[in-house]
Order: sequence, then structure tokens, then C-alpha cells
Amino acid sequence: MIIPELGPPKENIIVKANNLVKEFEGRRVLDNVSFEVKKGEVLVIMGGSGCGKSTTLRILIGLEKADEGNVWLFNENITAYDDKQFDAIRKRFGVLFQSGALFNSMTVGENVSLPLHQHTELDENVIQIIMRMKLEMVGLTGFEHLKPAEISGGMKKRVGLARAIALDPELVFYDEPSAGLDPVMSAVIDELILDLKKKMNITSVVVTHHMDSAFKIADKMVMLYQGRVLAYGTPDEIRNSDDPVVQQFISGSADGPIPYRTSRDLYLQTLAGIAEERIDTR
Amino acid sequence: MTNIRLPSILDPVAIIGKKFLDIIKLIGGVGLLLSDTFFWGIIAPLTGKFPDRKSIEKQLIDEGVNSVPIVGLLSFTVGLILAMQTSFNLEKLGAATYFPALVAVATVRELGPLISSIIISGRVGASIAAELGTMVVAEEIDALRSMSLHPVRFLVIPRVIALFIMLPCLAMLANVASIAGAFVFGASTLDMSFASFKQMAFEYMTDTDVWTGLLKAAVFSFLISGISCYNGLTVTGGAEGVGRATTRSVVFSIFAIIIADGIFTAVFYYLLKL
Repeated sequence: MIIPELGPPKENIIVKANNLVKEFEGRRVLDNVSFEVKKGEVLVIMGGSGCGKSTTLRILIGLEKADEGNVWLFNENITAYDDKQFDAIRKRFGVLFQSGALFNSMTVGENVSLPLHQHTELDENVIQIIMRMKLEMVGLTGFEHLKPAEISGGMKKRVGLARAIALDPELVFYDEPSAGLDPVMSAVIDELILDLKKKMNITSVVVTHHMDSAFKIADKMVMLYQGRVLAYGTPDEIRNSDDPVVQQFISGSADGPIPYRTSRDLYLQTLAGIAEERIDTR
Repeated sequence: MTNIRLPSILDPVAIIGKKFLDIIKLIGGVGLLLSDTFFWGIIAPLTGKFPDRKSIEKQLIDEGVNSVPIVGLLSFTVGLILAMQTSFNLEKLGAATYFPALVAVATVRELGPLISSIIISGRVGASIAAELGTMVVAEEIDALRSMSLHPVRFLVIPRVIALFIMLPCLAMLANVASIAGAFVFGASTLDMSFASFKQMAFEYMTDTDVWTGLLKAAVFSFLISGISCYNGLTVTGGAEGVGRATTRSVVFSIFAIIIADGIFTAVFYYLLKL
């Protein structure tokens, strides 16, 4: 497992997290999480439910603050940034949320053009052209007049992606892009992520627990387990890892180091971080 | 590992303490939200960052125009009931014809602003809390923040401004509808002409009665929108949380309105002698 050096990132590193720690009501959900992403790379953060991957994402996009550790985005240490300081950085990245997070009161077109209206001085005609181009990129030409309630879940995610790339960001964060989608639609989203990397050299950080999708798109992977980095490396390194928990994840076995049956007490202890030794040493 | 906690004699004290802390937290949260609203509504426009006109127009219609029928109908009915009650009791004193004065003064000073504000707490306050709460659950607020768009500027400001404009208008409508209700009673049962009703109603009513009532409605609008937006934006726990926020926003809005009304009455009529 390659562990990123402590301290500020090198020049071509777009995202760097150093020893992130986050606690909620005394429960440690992130424990010394470190990784880095090079320009144009796709980093996949994976792990089971409740392992801390969504919290990591929220810290990276500035919706949560880490209790300890540092985060660099575009070579700026954003750890202590308040909302106002973060605003300039936020214009340089896009986020695709799990549900798409489209505004239901607006049409598809208004959703995609919202960042353009708010952050650029472009003429309305130019905004309309860009909006149509972005929708075309995600394969939804002619959908601009529909409301989010009139399109399917997969289409909502694609519109969310069109909105995330509206300002031509250098970096896009994806929160569970294939969750709740059928295999075909899931493959479409994977292709879009790879397309953005190929055509626009966009750096991506993808949070997912879909193994097929993760191995298909990743240049580098971080596997989180109980708030800690269990494995970090290229897809091949992860695939060949001798860690039984990693192997259970890859094979999708119901029973293994992560037990099929668990008691309420053991679960509560796991949440509090007491039982991890017990599970790890099995 | 499982801890079984036995009931304690101090539990009621803990419950009261928790409720008290909840109220302090709510007051603090609404205060912070309104100070943010002040920044985005008054300071930011001076630097060229204006609130979205289309959103304000939409809220003016949703919160104000669409509330006209219910506020008008209920105020008319309250005016009618008040006229029946007062004329019945005044008759015993031989002063049945004075009921227009009593209804008019009570309405413009108190009932018009109060009834319209309570109706709006239920109709608009609940809808604000539910809408914003659902947006929180659907990650729409996170999406706004991730696009450097401040939720207060985009969601709170249009609702606060629209209600600040519309609630005094609705209170005025409630005043007119309520007095109209009283006139319908006077004309139908006491054969009162419009001229004599008008003369009696306006003789004792002053401009101060009207503007103090409308001023109260303007202040109540901040209480309703502030409390509802705060409850909506702080939703946790999915659909159940949205339901809880909706109930809390209506209950606390009505509570705040009645407390504020008491303070206004004391200040206007006892301290300032208006």
C-alpha cells in the first residue's frame, strides 16, 4: 500500500487528504484517512455502508469540517476555509449527488444553466447553447423543457452530471453514481465518467460500493473499512491484495471477516470502534 | 453492553430542561438565520448581488395571492360571529347599534392581523418548512452549497421578502372582510343602512389603530418565515423529520405570534398610549 507523504501536495496533485479524522458524538467515523489524486486520474473511494466514504466526500467538497488532518484542493489547503473562502474553489469543481439533487421547481434546462446564470456574465443565448451542449454530452438532447419529476432516475443523474460539468470544472466528485440504477444505466454513467476523463482531462473522485463499476473506471482505489484506509493502490494491487476483508468485498461473499450474522451488541461496539480488533483478527 | 435505564424522579425536570434548551436553540437559530437574511436582503444588494426577482414573484403568488380566498372567507366569518356576539350583549345595555364600532376597532387593532397571521402560519409556514425540509433530504441544499450558491440567498430571502410584503396586505384584507361580515349581519338582522354602519364603524376607529395593526403583521411575517425556514433547513431524519419540522414550525410560529402580540399591545397601548 503506497502511503502519500505528509505535507503539501506536489505540483500535479489535484486532491490530497492527510490523516483525516472525524468524530460524530464521540464515534470516530474517519481515522487517519490519507490519499491523493493526480490530474486526470479517477480515484474510487469504496467500502461498505457506514465506512465513512460519504463523510470523506463531504469533507472534500467543504460540506463538513475534519476534526484533524488536512485537505488540499488545487494546491490550496482548504482545511480551515469558511464558506466564503471556499466559494472560489467550489467554482472549479462539480459534484454529482447520489439522487441527482435536481431542483424540482426548475426544468432540466434551468437546472443545468443555473451555475452559468449565477457565476458567469455570458449572454442568455450563449448560456442556452452551452446548456444544450452539456445535455448532449450526457445523451439527453431535447430534454431541456421537462421537469425532473417527468424523467427517470438514471436520466436525473445524467442531468445532475450535465449540471456538475456546466462550468467546465477541472475536477468532478461523484457520490454513488450507480446506486439505484439498472446495469445498463450504470454502465452509461461509467462510460460518461471515462469520457470526461478522455475528452476533457477531468479529474474524478468517485464514491461507490459497486465493485464492477469501480474496477472499470478507477486509476487508483482507496478502500475504507470502519473509518480507516484498509487498502490503497491501483485496481490490480487491490485485486491482488491478501487482506481477507478486501477479498470479501471483491468477491461479494455474504460471510467472511465481515460476518453474515451479527448481534446488536457487537454492532454497537463496532460503531463505537471497540470490536474492530475482534473482527480483524478472525 | 445493553444498559437498562431505570426511571428517575428527576426525569420530568430533565424533560422540561430539554424543552427549554430546544426553545433557546430555536430562538438562537432563527436569530442567526434572520441576521443572514438581513445581510443577503439588504447589504448584498448594495454590492450588486440582488435576490432573484422571479423567485420573489413566485413566492408573492404562492404565499400571498393564493392565500386570499381562505383569509377573506375566514375573516368574513369571524366578523359575522363577532357582530352577532357583540350586538347580542350590547342589546342588554341598550347599545346594540354600537356593535360596528366595537367590531371595527377590535378587528383593525387585533383580530385582522392576528387571524391572518395564524392562518398564514398554518398555510404558508407549514408549506415552507415541508418544502425546504424535503430539499434538505433530497440533498438539494448541499447541491446549492456545492455550487457556491448560498441557500439563504436563494431560498430564504424570496420567502421572507414575499411574506413581508403580503402579510400586511392580507391583514388589511382580513380587516375589510371582517368588517364586511359585521355589516352583512347589521344589514340583514338590524336593517342597518350602509351609511349608518359606516358612520358608526369609523367614528371610533383611528389611523393609529390601522397602522399599528399592519406594523404587527409585518413583524409577524418575519416570525413566521424565520421559524419555518429555520425548521425546514435543519431537518434531520428523512420523511419523519420533515413531518416533525412542519408541525414544529406551525406550533412555534403561532406561539411566537401570540407572545409578540402581547408585547406589542403592552408597548402600544400602555407604554406609548397610542
